[in-house]
Amino acid sequence: MSMTFLWTDLMVWFLVAVLIIWGWVISRSPQVKKIWHTIFKSKIAMASSIVLLFYLSFTLLDSVHVRFSPESEQGTQGVQYQGEMVSLLDLMFVHNIESTERTYSAPFATHEYAKSIVVDDKGVTRQVNLPLKHVSQSDSFLKESLFALLIGACISFLLIRAHMFWRKKKGEKVKEGLESPLPWRTAYLTLAVLVTAFTWLYLLSFSYHVLGTDKVGGDVLYQSLKSIRTGVLIGILTTLIMLPVAIILGVSAGLFGGWVDDVIQYLYTTLSSIPGVLLIAAGVLSMQMLMDNNPQWFETTLERSDIRLVFLIIILGITSWTGLCRLLRAETLKISQVEFVTAAKAFGVGKWTIIRRHIIPNLMHIILISIVLDFSGLVLAEAVLSYVGVGIDPTMFSWGNMINQARLEMAREPMVWWSLFSAFIFMFILVLAANLFSDRVQKVLDPRNKT
Amino acid sequence: MDIMYKLMLTTLFMSVLSVTLHAGVWNNPHNSQEVAKETLFAAFTTPPKRLDPVISYNANEWAIIGQIYEPPLQYNYLKRPYVLEPLTLTKMPEITYLDKEGKSVGENDPAVVFSEYRLLLRSDIKYQNHPAFVKDEKGNLLYGNLSAEGLEKIHNLKDFKKSATRTLTALDYAYAIKRMAVRDNHSPILDAMSEYIIGLKVFSENISKIAREKKEKREALDLQAYTIEGVKVLDTYTLSIKIHGKYPQFLFWLSMNFFAPVPWEADLFYQQEGLISKNLTLNWFPVGTGAYYLAENDPSREMVLRANLNFHEEVYPDLTEEERKGANIAKEMLEDAGKKLPFVKEVIYSLEKESIPLWNKFLQGYYDASGISSEAFDQAVQISSTGTMGLSGELKEKNIVLKGAVQPSIFYMAFNMEDPVVGGYSVSAKKLRQAISIAQNEEEYISIFMNERGIAAQGPIPPGIFGYEEGEKGTDTVVYDWKNGKRVRKSLEVAKKLLAEAGYPNGISSKTGKQLKLHYDATATGPDDRALMDWRREQFAKLGIQLVIRSTDYNRFQHKVRKAKVQLFSWGWDADYPDPENFLFLLYGGNAVVNTQGAGINSSNYQNPKFDALFDEIKTMQNTPERKEKIEEMLKIAREDAPWVWGFHPKSLTLSQQWFKNVLPNAMANNTLKYKRIDAKLRVEKQKAWNQPLILPLILLFLFILVSGYLLHKIYQNRQRSVIRKED
Amino acid sequence: MFAYILKRILYAVPILIGVNLITFMLFFMVNSPDDMARAQLGAKQVTPQMIEAWKVDKGYDKPLFLNEKAEGLQQITDTLFVQESLKLFSFDFGYSDANRNIGAEIKTRMGPSLAIALPTFMIALITNISLALLMVLFRGSVLDTSMMIVAVMIMSISGLFYIIAGQVLFSKMWHWVPISGYLSGWEGVKFIILPVLIGVFAGIGSGVRWYRSIFLEQINQDYVRTARAKGLSELKVLFGHVLRNGMLPILTGVVVVIPTLFMGSLIMESFFGIPGLGSYTIDAINAQDFGIVKAMVFLGSVLYIVGLILTDISYTLFDPRVKL
Repeated sequence: MSMTFLWTDLMVWFLVAVLIIWGWVISRSPQVKKIWHTIFKSKIAMASSIVLLFYLSFTLLDSVHVRFSPESEQGTQGVQYQGEMVSLLDLMFVHNIESTERTYSAPFATHEYAKSIVVDDKGVTRQVNLPLKHVSQSDSFLKESLFALLIGACISFLLIRAHMFWRKKKGEKVKEGLESPLPWRTAYLTLAVLVTAFTWLYLLSFSYHVLGTDKVGGDVLYQSLKSIRTGVLIGILTTLIMLPVAIILGVSAGLFGGWVDDVIQYLYTTLSSIPGVLLIAAGVLSMQMLMDNNPQWFETTLERSDIRLVFLIIILGITSWTGLCRLLRAETLKISQVEFVTAAKAFGVGKWTIIRRHIIPNLMHIILISIVLDFSGLVLAEAVLSYVGVGIDPTMFSWGNMINQARLEMAREPMVWWSLFSAFIFMFILVLAANLFSDRVQKVLDPRNKT
Repeated sequence: MDIMYKLMLTTLFMSVLSVTLHAGVWNNPHNSQEVAKETLFAAFTTPPKRLDPVISYNANEWAIIGQIYEPPLQYNYLKRPYVLEPLTLTKMPEITYLDKEGKSVGENDPAVVFSEYRLLLRSDIKYQNHPAFVKDEKGNLLYGNLSAEGLEKIHNLKDFKKSATRTLTALDYAYAIKRMAVRDNHSPILDAMSEYIIGLKVFSENISKIAREKKEKREALDLQAYTIEGVKVLDTYTLSIKIHGKYPQFLFWLSMNFFAPVPWEADLFYQQEGLISKNLTLNWFPVGTGAYYLAENDPSREMVLRANLNFHEEVYPDLTEEERKGANIAKEMLEDAGKKLPFVKEVIYSLEKESIPLWNKFLQGYYDASGISSEAFDQAVQISSTGTMGLSGELKEKNIVLKGAVQPSIFYMAFNMEDPVVGGYSVSAKKLRQAISIAQNEEEYISIFMNERGIAAQGPIPPGIFGYEEGEKGTDTVVYDWKNGKRVRKSLEVAKKLLAEAGYPNGISSKTGKQLKLHYDATATGPDDRALMDWRREQFAKLGIQLVIRSTDYNRFQHKVRKAKVQLFSWGWDADYPDPENFLFLLYGGNAVVNTQGAGINSSNYQNPKFDALFDEIKTMQNTPERKEKIEEMLKIAREDAPWVWGFHPKSLTLSQQWFKNVLPNAMANNTLKYKRIDAKLRVEKQKAWNQPLILPLILLFLFILVSGYLLHKIYQNRQRSVIRKED
Repeated sequence: MFAYILKRILYAVPILIGVNLITFMLFFMVNSPDDMARAQLGAKQVTPQMIEAWKVDKGYDKPLFLNEKAEGLQQITDTLFVQESLKLFSFDFGYSDANRNIGAEIKTRMGPSLAIALPTFMIALITNISLALLMVLFRGSVLDTSMMIVAVMIMSISGLFYIIAGQVLFSKMWHWVPISGYLSGWEGVKFIILPVLIGVFAGIGSGVRWYRSIFLEQINQDYVRTARAKGLSELKVLFGHVLRNGMLPILTGVVVVIPTLFMGSLIMESFFGIPGLGSYTIDAINAQDFGIVKAMVFLGSVLYIVGLILTDISYTLFDPRVKL
């Protein structure tokens, strides 16, 4: 067994490192700290950020990959992933990966959804709902649920206690969380709900297919959880890629003017005048060809789909920097006309210092707002791209792929609704949380709202 | 204010009342007058790209042009096994076998070098009415040289004031073959036919050059002035085609659209640049003698076929009682026997890209026939205790009729025999392929992905084609055992043992100690493909083999296969004609991709000298017991070598509404529309009954809007009052 | 004014050249002419001779950017890029790879696209503005907050879901409208209702929020306060001042969209079987028909640039302070 990293893993952990450093930097500036404090004062912002953190932790859990060498662990692991990489999340859900059924089954079902043809000993052909292979027919649903909920409540209680203890130690007054200006009570409540719900789902997934199974009997809960990583990655890594481009080009266009400005303006007008889907489609198709011509780049299907994801993220990044760049250019123009900047210029302060001291800090709110706003849009865009056929690899789990597949399932009678439902709920919670959070960020940061 | 609300409420109720009393349908996607006529409503999922008889080679194109163009021969609609019969001929073509000097010799004489096919045309066949046939006093085409002003008002063929017809002659068939020879017409069978028809190759080279020169000079190309050596017009109604050697399958080709007649008038008419720029081309507006003509062509929405008024005398076929029982055909299929064709007066094809709307519209009665997607299968089909398929629930209530037939097609997974790992003819390579063949559980595939609509293949030849065998005799003994009168797939243990013998115990190479990794090329882009790929991977994982899937679009996939840059891949083949040669040639060494610079049809590059020698023999044989014996020998060789995992033969199931008559699946014939009949009265009745709109939600919605409007108004008034009070 | 418009149009030329450059590069990176030939010539038995003939026939045998065989200036001009681009600039879209006149096709498909896009746009505009005004009218109340939350929820649902749900509910279960299809003229209205409704509904979330923020900005301005202090009723303030002054920022956001309405909606048209330009584009991508793809990209860019120019012009018309 050895640790391995996919490209996206590296990108995620790099991002986490950046976030931590950034957090450390702001924690030193009381001014910025105050802004964040204001953001989290809102109960909705607090709750949604907890939800976002919950999703992020799944992403991280799914971004640590290990590889079992086939020789040493013969027989101990299922054949499927000898030599394949598995993530920590996969290890948590080994029971679900291994217990694939034959085909569709509804949530908590004990039998297959569709009838199959069976020829019995007497030669009579019948259509019956076959029992599921990996669901015990005798378990008590109620008893297990109660047990699971209890455990979930205990875990969340412990977590909350631990956090309260930590806050006490830090010197904050903890009395029912009321005196603190931050709405910790909401945070605890959200956390408790999430943890309990997840524990319930997780513990019951040992004896049931909690959200049913798909066409080839794959567990839908597992798929939905695996899709979290894809959604979150597309949402944040794309911004990570487009951000430096947009900032560098936007600021230099605004600050230097002249031909630099002309070239940059030309670039983004040209790019943004091409219809978005066409540009993305062309980009995705061409990278696919690149991959076809270089099969030696990847050893496993997982690596292959991962590289495709990386390319998709890069292409989305390339196509989406133009909007932010235009905003930043305009804002930089405005700032550089402001008196203290012109004064600084007159005093012969270097350009870099001006950028660092005056321009970047004043652009921060625009950048932040666009990051949080773009996130949800990108998560939703993934589904549409999958429909057009230029989304992520079909072998990879994603909500877009699930919805796309569910399109056909909705036409079945009786309807197979759980794939669409699960993808919808998981996606909805993430996007809703992101939207609510971005709402708050916008409200606090946008200077127009400060009247 | 109150008065206004009352007024609105009354109008609302009035409108609801009137709608309920009227009891029409709201969701009819077709013109309501058309529904009451003898019009057939059908759908197409992908717009046909070309409707040119020398090019079209796709089922969706054939569905249209099959009704319009008439090749010399056709398949009998009812008879099974498939039998050819004359369509525009007075009798089946006369075949004479000639030796080097052109003297007639016996069929089995080794001296046979040429065969001559003599086609005797019926003299009563007329083309559809078309402006291209209109001639002025001097006999020139009236619309053959349109001026800019003349073109101005032309947007559609209907805009030509006059139209005319003329009788079909042998010249038209010769003209069609000459058109096929022009390279820029991109005929897919030109290269195949050049091998057979005498003089076609040379003619093609010359005429293609001339055509290109003319195109550069912007001149029209009139093919009447040129002749092919092997194609002779003997008199107005007699055509002779001479081919190299013996090629009994040539008759089948004569039933395909490539040999349908093209009138020279139409070819010249459509070469006018002004018409091309208005998208009026032969490609889009065919001119034929068939039962229907294409009245409207908007492939982005709908295509309309209308009955051809000039259609020649043809009647619904009849069968003897014996034939009927032998082919297992219901009695009511013969009700119309002897009546004049066609029955349906108009066919409206609408574009339906998504399967959900298509299926739901069919259930609502707005399409007269439909296939069953695997999603809809559970809803539609029930298996009875005897194992036969029947309809269930809602569909049974609607008296929908189910018809099924195994198609003359095969979907297989091939090994590239040139590949160093899976290819080759050594014992270990054979065993590796056999092990993989056993591990691919096709029965499960058919059950999960096809809803049992298919049968596992035992070799390349599908049922219904000469050489196919049922039961123990037709069983692939490499993959299956015959136990208690049933075919049973060999156990995984056998496969594992074979794999170990091939040098990969448990999937680990005994040479390198590494896990065996194979590459599988697929065209997976659809929403359903992830499940499919997962399943495929699992089949290999059972043996401990790791499968890496490279999925691309179809063009790139083809490209890779043609360059033999593949290891494992899935592909399929539909019969061109019902002859085993059309399937066995997929494994013939001479057709291997590597031997033909990518042009060959044998994409697995299988070449076994024994197999090839037998193929050369059976190719020109009649369907005799001797031929069957040889084919069986070939199958045995191929099964042993296992160049393909044989895969499955799909079964097509079609549903038709109760008012749609004379529906019989016929996998070979394309011109089946003329036999079908519609009971329009019944259709109108049923559509009405099935599509009553649900009005309650609409009323609730209106009420909700009214109530919330009223409440908002109240709240606003309160607020306004309180503001005023505050400011006081 | 005219000088300005002329300047803008001239400025569009290098942008369009750039657009073409990107399209050609991306497309030919993906597709070799061989692939395109194979896609067009059909699935069964395509021989190398056929592919060669097709390439020559369609002109794809020319090099993309640099013709080394030619002399002098012809090295650049006798290439696929220059030849095809020049045609585009004169709005001659040429023939698709399947031999159809693209210009004629675009003309016939524009109608259906507009039949969906225009009503969607208009109704969405009216609905969003009235809902936003309603929220502003009751700002700060429970109604405002709950509508805001609903708006965010509407935004958080994938558009595909609305389409699937709408078709199942209104067409399959309630028989209100046909599931899909299109007819021109009045009989076609029944086909348009559902896609338009879904289009409007899916856009409500973000639309309402945007208009609301614009109106809120206005309502805090001094002149509104004065108006209110004068004793004008809330409704009069809203319509007389807030809406009127909010028009300018709304205009900037809206005018730029209008020309691109011609391009239609990709997803909506595919799902509802509407023969517009959106489904035309998707089909072309799937069929790898370069002729159509380049024409649509070009058209899209032109319309976008027209939108930008129109925005500037409308500014001068509505805001006397701005001069071009």
